[in-house]
This record gives sequence, C-alpha cells and structure tokens, in this order.
Amino acid sequence: MSPKPMSVKELEQMAVIIRCDIIDMICTAAAGHPGGSLSAADVVTALYFRVMRIDPKNPGWPDRDRFILSKGHACPVWYAALAERGYFDKSHLKTLRRMGSILQGHPDMRKTPGIDMTAGSLGHGLPAGLGMALSGKLQQKDYHVFVVIGDGESQEGSIWEASMAAPRFKLDNLTAILDYNHLQNDDSVDDIMPIHPAVDKWQAFGWHVIDIDGHNMAQVVAALEEAKSHQGTPTMIVANTVKGKGVSYMENVCEWHGKAPCQEEADQALEELRRCVT
Amino acid sequence: MTINHYHYLRPEIVPMLASDDLFAKAEQQPTRYSYAEAILELGEKNSKVVVLDADVSKSIKTSAFADKFPDRSFNFGVAEQNMMAAAAGMATTGLIPFATTYAVFASMRALDMVRNSIHYPQLNVKIAASHGGITPGPDGVTHQGQEDLSIIRAIANSTIIAPADPPTTKLAVWAAAEYVGPVYLSFTRDPVPAIFDLNYPFKIGKAVTIRDGNDATIIALRDLVVQSLVAAEHLSAKGLNVRVIDCHTLKPLDVETVLAAAVETGAIVTAENNMFYGGLGSAVAEVLVENNPIPMKRIGVRDTFAESGPYLDLLDKYGLSAKHIAAAVEEVIARKKNTKKRIA
Repeated sequence: MSPKPMSVKELEQMAVIIRCDIIDMICTAAAGHPGGSLSAADVVTALYFRVMRIDPKNPGWPDRDRFILSKGHACPVWYAALAERGYFDKSHLKTLRRMGSILQGHPDMRKTPGIDMTAGSLGHGLPAGLGMALSGKLQQKDYHVFVVIGDGESQEGSIWEASMAAPRFKLDNLTAILDYNHLQNDDSVDDIMPIHPAVDKWQAFGWHVIDIDGHNMAQVVAALEEAKSHQGTPTMIVANTVKGKGVSYMENVCEWHGKAPCQEEADQALEELRRCVT
Repeated sequence: MTINHYHYLRPEIVPMLASDDLFAKAEQQPTRYSYAEAILELGEKNSKVVVLDADVSKSIKTSAFADKFPDRSFNFGVAEQNMMAAAAGMATTGLIPFATTYAVFASMRALDMVRNSIHYPQLNVKIAASHGGITPGPDGVTHQGQEDLSIIRAIANSTIIAPADPPTTKLAVWAAAEYVGPVYLSFTRDPVPAIFDLNYPFKIGKAVTIRDGNDATIIALRDLVVQSLVAAEHLSAKGLNVRVIDCHTLKPLDVETVLAAAVETGAIVTAENNMFYGGLGSAVAEVLVENNPIPMKRIGVRDTFAESGPYLDLLDKYGLSAKHIAAAVEEVIARKKNTKKRIA
C-alpha cells in the first residue's frame, strides 16, 4: 500500500522537489498562488510522505486519512504532492489552469484523484473536515482528518464556527494546521485584521494547540504525529511559516501571493531551491 | 362539478374547495412537521441518514429524531455555514445528511457553502428548509423565505422540491433520500390542509395534473396548490374549466407537462408563495417564451417585503390567495380570446 515512511532527511528533500514543482507549474500556467503554496510545502510533504494512511492507487479508500487544503488557492502544493506520491502522472502538472485539465485553478474533488474536498471559497474546509471527522466517529472508523487553513482565511467567521464545534463534538480525529505566514492578498494579516494571539485563541476554544516552526521538518513531523495520537480534543498546529519560503525574492513579499514568476524568475527560483539539496 | 375532474385528491376535500371554511375544516399541519415525521420514519429504515440542526430543531420538530437517534443527530447551534459545509464533508463519507434550518438561512446565510461545497461537488446533501415564502406569518420579514426558490434555482445542478401538503411532503422527503445528489426541500411554517394521501404518485421532476380542464392551466407549488384548487373551483361556477398542476419539483421543471398544458389549454397562470422573479413563474415563462408564447400571468410576491400577520391574511394582502389566482386566470383567458380574435 504505502512505501516506507520517509525519514526527516528524505522529507526535506521531497519538500524541495515539491517546491520546484510549484514554481514550474505556476510559471507554465502563468497564473497561480506561489507564496502560500511554498509556505505550506513542508507540512503537506510530511502528511503525504509520512503521516497519512493513504493509498494513491485507491484514492477513494473509505478508511484513508483525509486531507483538505482549506486555503484552496494554494493547490499547487497539493497537486505537486499528489503527483509525486503517484495519484496521477506528473505530466498533468503542466496543465494547471488549462481548459480540460484535471487540475483546476482551485481544487475540484470531481476532477482530481486524491482531492478529498473541493475548496477555494475560504472558510469551508475546516467545517467540511469537521463533517468528515463526525462521520468517522459515527461510523467507528479510525481515519484521521487533516485540514490546512490560512491565517488570512481565519478571518472568515465559519472558521470560528467550526473551531467552536470541533471540541464540542470531541473530535480528536481532526487536526487543523494553521499556515501562519502573516501575509494575505492585500497586505500583512497583522495590519488588515490580526488573528493574533492564535495559540491563545484556539486554546481558549478548547483545542490542543502545538506551536511549531512550520519549516523545521522534525518539528512538523513530531507535531503531526502527536496530533494523530492525541485523545479527547482536536489539535491545532500553529505552523509559523514564511510566505514564499525557499525563494529569496518571494519570501515575505506580499505581491507573490497571487503572481506567477516569469521564466527567468522561475529559473532563479529553481536554482536557489536545488542548491538546498545538493 | 363531479369528483371525476380531480386526481389524487382526498374525497372529503373536494366539497370543501367551494366553501369558505376549508382551512377551518380540513385536517392540516405545517409541512415542517411532516418533514420531521418523515425523517423519523426514514431513520428507522436507513442508518446512513443523519440530521443536522442549527438551533431550530424544536421549531421544526427534528428534535424527535434527536431523541430517538441521538448518535445520528448533530446540533450545530446558530451556525448555518458550519452546518452546511460539515454536511458536505459528511456526504463524502457516504452518509445522507439532512441539513435542517429555515429557508432564509439555508439559502442566504449559508449560500456560499450551499453553492461551492454542496452543489459544485454534487455531494449527497439534503437541505431541509422550513419557513418558505411569506408563510411564517407572525415572524415577519426576517424569517420569511421569499427568495430561496429563486436563489437555489440559479445554482447549476440544483434540484428543488416544494411539496403542497403534509402527505406529499413525506413522499418528497423519502424520494429525496433515494435520489443521489443535492436536493433542496421547502416546507411551510404554517398549517396547510392535507389534500392528498400517501398513494399520491410522487416522482421527482414529474408534475402532476390534479384537476382536469381545458380553458386555462394553473401551475402551482407548495402552499399555493390548495389556493389554486379553490380558485379553479370558484371559476367552475362561472363555467370555466381550469386545469391545475401540482408542480412540486420546481427544478428540474417538467417541461413536457408545461408544454402539453400550453397546447391543450392555451393560457397559463403560475402560482407560488415566493418572489415572482426567478422562481416557478420565471421557469414556466422561460419555457413558454422559447416554445409556445401563449398568454400567461405570474402570481407571486411582487417585488416587496411582507410583514407580520396571520398566514391567510398575508396571502390575501400580498396577492397570493385563491381570489387573486382566479382573477389572473380570467385575465389570461380573456387575452387568449382576444389573441384568437386578432388572428381571425
């Protein structure tokens, strides 16, 4: 079913490959959201190559762990992980956002193997994941549901409706990961509508909260594995991240939220990223 | 009139249609309660059925389901967006969630979830919306779902059912559970007479001719079906023979039955307790204008908000009651005759 779970070192290398895929596909599509894809890359890599119980050959397996990228605009990271994990051929990555592609501009569960929930309108994924977790409890299945949410996304009221409900329903089979990169479409989250203090907020709502460096693979893996075994309450992993992580000119630059690199910029990005693994 | 002009009506209802005391005499209940009864029975038969509430389970009486099946009942509190998206998530695992709230909240507060997380992925969620139309009389405008049918109709692949009375509401709920995909079900807050029984041939997408006639056709849904029957009965005293169609499924519209009525009766009135933009009147008008543009008139809420008041008085004041439907029928029949004269 699954190959051997990757070591932290191997995961770090895979995260670089996934970041390169992200740059490649957004450059080819000439549109997309690189910043938030790169910031979530380490978490998504750890989930797909180590933590989640999945079978790429059987994406609809009822007992699989579920993943939802609630911040659906960052789907290049999801598509890259699914392709590298073998859900579909990597050649599809070049078709991102094209007519007839299985890879829509925002995730479509009916078009892409391995996409567990359609996403794009913000504030849906956490409630949808909550529904999956409720089903798991009701049907006595032991799958776990992982949902990555954005910090800008956390300005949506429905995130807080779900944040109230998950501890109420004792959903310890639900883990949310906050991709806390501090930037949103218009400007910095702190300037527009701060969600600080995130740790305190989710703790006050009754979540088990783990505060980590979202780019430290050892911490990411440890937090996800702790979340998976934690009992009694849902877990929120506050992953402190850098928007555009791994590409010098994109890091912490708001404009790269939703802008594609040109070929020259992409080449520079790929060179920088590959330098990390060699 | 003889009973042979009617189909599927309870025999005791027919003589009441011509009298003024139908609502005093007939067995009746709000169709939200019929939904609650139907879901309770369904819960016994189908363990995949779960009920999601948003703090109106006592009003709709889905609290009975919660009492009987506590494990399969989830109250989300006053959080309709969370409820709808969670229903979508539950549906991905094979459960059949009935997300239950009032029409205004189902179709507007949570519309983004209803569109993007339920209809776009075509998940098997049933949206059970009470308080449809201006029927939540005493509650006033904030609780009167007069736009939901129009709004949900604009969503791709939506299926909308607005049953006329208590028994057909139960049939609609059971049919919706069998159907795979999103279904929007519309119920009344206020009591409506039981005009049919459980032998009614309910099929999603198939409108039912419940009264024969060739002078004109009234196509109605939900609580205006009974008003249309009363209108037709009154018109028969004037020698007019009016067909009545229960168009319980607003979408997909039964185009075949609409066009047959157009050919056979030559004039159509639509009747809905809903905004007269985008709902049944619009749906029928769209079909007629592209195929057979005969005289037509729409009965519906005419671009206004209503107010608090008793159910029947509100229908009357806002132009939705039997007398308004009857006047509209006379108007389209007159136009039909004038058209014929012009052509001749």
